[in-house]
Amino acid sequence: MQITIDNLSYTYTDPSGQTVHALQSVSCSIDPGDFTGIIGRTGCGKTTLILLIAGLLTPTKGHIFLDGRDINDKSYDRNLLRQSIGVVFQYPEVQLFETTVEKDVAFGLTYSRLGSKEKEDRIEWALETMGFDFEKIRKQSPLALSGGEKRRVAIAGVLAVKPKILIFDEPIAGLDPYGRQNFMELVSRLNDDGTTIIMISHNMDALAEYTKRLIVLDEGKVIQSGKTRDIFLGWGRDTRGTEPQQIASLISKGKNTLLDDVVTYDDLIFALKKQLLGVEQHE
Amino acid sequence: MVVNGKNISYSYDCNDTSYALRNVDLSIEQGEFVCILGCNGSGKSTLVRHLNALLQLQHGELTIAGIDVSNENDIWRLRRICGMVFQNPDNQFVSSVVEEDIAFGLENYEVPREEIPEKVNSALLLVDMEGYDKRAPNSLSGGQKQRIALAGVLALEPDIIIFDEVTAMLDPDGKQEVLEMMRKLHKAGKTIIAITHYVEEAVHADSVILMHEGKMIASGKTRDILTDVQLLKIAEIMPPMAVRVYYDLLDAGVKLKECPITNEELAEKICKLP
Ligand SMILES: Nc1ncnc2c1ncn2[C@@H]1O[C@H](COP(=O)(O)OP(=O)(O)O)[C@@H](O)[C@H]1O
Ligand SMILES: Nc1ncnc2c1ncn2[C@@H]1O[C@H](COP(=O)(O)OP(=O)(O)O)[C@@H](O)[C@H]1O
Ligand SMILES: [Mg+2]
Ligand SMILES: [Mg+2]
Repeated sequence: MQITIDNLSYTYTDPSGQTVHALQSVSCSIDPGDFTGIIGRTGCGKTTLILLIAGLLTPTKGHIFLDGRDINDKSYDRNLLRQSIGVVFQYPEVQLFETTVEKDVAFGLTYSRLGSKEKEDRIEWALETMGFDFEKIRKQSPLALSGGEKRRVAIAGVLAVKPKILIFDEPIAGLDPYGRQNFMELVSRLNDDGTTIIMISHNMDALAEYTKRLIVLDEGKVIQSGKTRDIFLGWGRDTRGTEPQQIASLISKGKNTLLDDVVTYDDLIFALKKQLLGVEQHE
Repeated sequence: MVVNGKNISYSYDCNDTSYALRNVDLSIEQGEFVCILGCNGSGKSTLVRHLNALLQLQHGELTIAGIDVSNENDIWRLRRICGMVFQNPDNQFVSSVVEEDIAFGLENYEVPREEIPEKVNSALLLVDMEGYDKRAPNSLSGGQKQRIALAGVLALEPDIIIFDEVTAMLDPDGKQEVLEMMRKLHKAGKTIIAITHYVEEAVHADSVILMHEGKMIASGKTRDILTDVQLLKIAEIMPPMAVRVYYDLLDAGVKLKECPITNEELAEKICKLP
């Protein structure tokens, strides 16, 4: 599904009457099958943007089109929207409340028209996709699981609906490095299978490694959007980049030779081997 | 030793079948900056929650600045000596105004009313947030929120400050702000205990305690632990990037003098190569 965002603005009004212009005239588009990262400092409007895309907030101004149709149009089928877009909020694990894992995942299918056999298949698929052994996990209490496991169960609940578009709000915050890597690889596989992924994250290294495109927000505006690699390379010696970029930049400063084209860890090792040994090919 | 623990074990289900902590010995010196490193679920939070008696000691012994944590009469004294900042910046505030939030802790400890504004102000000054006293915590950035939470802790003038994954939810700027704060407090003589699973945050510590599956699998000088890739592998912790580069270059036939732990050290060593 094609997402087109046209001149979108959103203003919050808090109880005291004060207004916050969280988004101002944002335009961008996300193609079917994209893996798009959204970045920007806290408060720049990232969460607001995804709430609008998922139809959970109504724009103050502007439009969001899914395959050319305005999702805020009265005639737009809300049920279709709910089936098409799955949102995993920040810290989704706090929302688990059923007595078994299976029931928790099933909750996401409450409104679906699937038969009970199909529902069970979906639940099994979603949990297995999230790396669980279905028979082992299905009857366990979500509360007895570790934080990382809880998060994967919560995500399985969103996955079970098989949305065409999956949105994650800072899904790897708090995960340890290997947990982070496993999660990103899993999401990449969903993306390989055709699911559009939109992911908010502060983790530059993970975004550089896995996303295809980036949208950079600042104070409610899109300041950059494009191919992930181009954006990282464009920042050059800026400190905003990935850790390998920072290392490359330190080396370049000291050696007077540039380590160009470094974004990821593999790039760094490749560039170093080339410079130190004259080795040309990636392993 | 300001923290002295022996043989600490803890089980959440109380039936002694699964242990969140198993036979941990812990000693931390006054003024030390210690990092507790371990993957998710390795027992880091469980361990430090014993230090200010958020969890009750089930097995073993533990004293903080000479106070026995199992002595219930001393809990409030203990919590004043040993302050703690948590991971989520959004749920540590009790008031919607910064200065009231910081005053709250002081009032709890029955600090005389007239002394409170002064203490609130000096706490805000310590975290570089002077002038934010009338603001709503909600209106602040993540890093600022964590600094306000820290100010609330500092107002009580603790000797020991525990940071439990306080940077996990912050953007890169916020992370730097808070890490900077930890270093500053360490310089000022506080004992700092920082929990993390990011090795990049451990490099500034004097020493590292490595946790895995409820056990302390190693403790020692930061450099020794962070360059021991076998040990880190057992702990399911990724070595610092500088260490990974060192070993990948070694595999390719480039030997750097000594294994670096920071990116600056790495760059320096590479630049010194012919
Ligand atoms: N419910 C709300 N009421 C008032 N202001 C809000 C609300 N939610 C968010 N904001 C404000 O809107 C701006 C954008 O917030 P948000 O989209 O959450 O940013 P991000 O996700 O990038 O951190 C911020 O200034 C934030 O304080
Ligand atoms: N409130 C709790 N109830 C039951 N088990 C818990 C609770 N808190 C933590 N645990 C379990 O104890 C172990 C250690 O957890 P924790 O100390 O939180 O680890 P860390 O802080 O290193 O991520 C984990 O297996 C975790 O699932
Ligand atoms: Mg947000
Ligand atoms: Mg913890």
